[in-house]
Amino acid sequence: MTKLARDLLFPLIAVVAAFIVGGILILLVGDNPIDAYRLLLGSALSWPDGIGYTLFHATPLIFTGLAVLVGFRCGLFNIGAEGQLYIAAFATAWVGITFANLTPWLLVPFCFAAAIFSGAFWAAIPGVLKARFGSHEVINTIMLNFIAVALVSYFTQYHYKVPGDPIMETATIGPGAHIARFGKFVPGFPERIPLNLAFLLALLCCLLVYVFLWRTKWGYEIRATGSNPSAAEYGGISIRKQIVFAMAVSGALAGMVGINDVLGYRYRYYDGFSDNYGFTGIAVALLGRNHPVGVILAALLFAALQHGGIYVDGFSEHVTKDIVQVLQGIIILFVAAEAFFKWLVGRRPLFTRLRA
Amino acid sequence: MRDLFTLSLIASTIRLATPLVLAALGGLFSERSGVINIALEGKMLAGAFTAAAVTYAADTRFHMGNASPWVGLLAGMIAGLFIAAIYAVTCIKFKADQVVSGAAINILMLGIPGFLSGAFFLSSGSTPQLPKDHLLPQSPVVIAVAILVLVAAIWYVVYKTPFGLRLRSVGENPEAADAAGVGVSTIRYSGVLLAGVLAGMGGAYLSIGQSSLFTRNMTAGRGFIALAALIFGKWRPVQTLLACLLFGFTEAVSIQMQGAVKLPSGEDIPVQFIQMVPYVLTIVVLAGFIGSSRPPRALGIPYQKEK
Repeated sequence: MTKLARDLLFPLIAVVAAFIVGGILILLVGDNPIDAYRLLLGSALSWPDGIGYTLFHATPLIFTGLAVLVGFRCGLFNIGAEGQLYIAAFATAWVGITFANLTPWLLVPFCFAAAIFSGAFWAAIPGVLKARFGSHEVINTIMLNFIAVALVSYFTQYHYKVPGDPIMETATIGPGAHIARFGKFVPGFPERIPLNLAFLLALLCCLLVYVFLWRTKWGYEIRATGSNPSAAEYGGISIRKQIVFAMAVSGALAGMVGINDVLGYRYRYYDGFSDNYGFTGIAVALLGRNHPVGVILAALLFAALQHGGIYVDGFSEHVTKDIVQVLQGIIILFVAAEAFFKWLVGRRPLFTRLRA
Repeated sequence: MRDLFTLSLIASTIRLATPLVLAALGGLFSERSGVINIALEGKMLAGAFTAAAVTYAADTRFHMGNASPWVGLLAGMIAGLFIAAIYAVTCIKFKADQVVSGAAINILMLGIPGFLSGAFFLSSGSTPQLPKDHLLPQSPVVIAVAILVLVAAIWYVVYKTPFGLRLRSVGENPEAADAAGVGVSTIRYSGVLLAGVLAGMGGAYLSIGQSSLFTRNMTAGRGFIALAALIFGKWRPVQTLLACLLFGFTEAVSIQMQGAVKLPSGEDIPVQFIQMVPYVLTIVVLAGFIGSSRPPRALGIPYQKEK
């Protein structure tokens, strides 16, 4: 079996197995699994709405999937993408509001920089804590998620809400900060679908992450730290620096979710906008075998499920959109068990973890 | 600031701390045996949903009256046990990454309760309302006594029994424990399963004690606060109890103040900053700024018997 076939085969097994288990659950609650799945996937593949929304939902998942991937490759588990993207989305909106009158040629890059650097900053905190004090990044990223959510909710509520607005959202960003939706340049594609240029940015990031990790010295050092920290240290790589650097890159990627949501979709910061993007990113990275191409495929699958879930809610009797979360959970469990399978047959584990 | 410490605030601190104490002490058994437990959240959700659904069924279908919340509590504990069993097999038998499997359990349990309540109750993720007199006891005195007895019992088990000694040795140095004839896997299974039972109980108290129904994602991160309390309490029962009380207190304050706490100087502290307290404290303690909080040495590392 070639390496590529094997890399494709195991995630496929995990997905099929999850769909079978999910199908049994649907059967148990008295619905027809074939109908439910047809509804789930069929509605995600219709033109233009299904495909448009699926690609739109895939955008944040590609970013968070890449974020988790970069962490994994350095032996770090970034559960904090959720917090990083909240901080970044708020910072993006803040720049878009504060410098609303700038020309788009300056404002858009400023907003991009806000998303990228604030995400990187928030992720660097657990990186520094681990490098300096040895405290576990898993715990710290979980804690920082809650802190991030509370922090941006405070700023929204007390400083950037339009007075009288009952919804927890900021004022709108300047029109110069908007990035184009696909409807603007794809003929026959309605502009109400929020798919925007951030999707192309996400694809570009996949390429950049690939080049960065496998074709540059920095990426090599990150991967060396991830696969064998003591050997890397012996070879003259500062593990502490790599931990902070990898976390910052990871957070920058997660932060770009803010570009999609604030600059391309809502044109403001909306409190609680993330539909578990950070956590689904973990599933995306794992199912995508921690490779950028795998991340794209896995993000498309989860995005299709997410979009199809809305229709399942509306049109089937017993099955709700929760089936999507159930499928995701089962897929990750199977993928985790698969890492064991790999290990069993004597290959390297999917990723190695640093000790706490 | 003076009217902050009223009797009702103390009472609600105790009530809000209860699910945290149960889940955190559960986490203590698991983590002391060397298995990370970020799945506490999922186990609490399992317990909360099952307890509410079973109490409802016991009440309406089987007319069990006052006994129904107790049947519900038992069911919630069994649900926690069941989820813990899945987690234990993946982590201990299949040696899967504990954080990955824990995250999977959490995502799964975000979906399962909604999925089942959609099917059974044709609702969008919540169970039907239970009558107020068919809930678990809520008197702060009763709960406080129950919690103290439980903490004392757990302290005794962890520090004064052979099982406790084995549990701690397996979490610190599984190789040495194994060499001394301790079954590492057996102890870890017991630790993780106990965690499931206690977290399920904590979840049950949330849905059929503090509240009278299950609502979508009703734990709202309490499993993670419990985890934080466990770390803040340095993986020790009494300190963990105190940490839970502190975190329960911050929650009680943020509920009672409905917006902002007034300082004597007339300034407001927005509620968001009070909500952050547990998380900030945990980070600070974990980094060793206030004393040091050192995890069990073998935490998170699957044990591989030497051949």
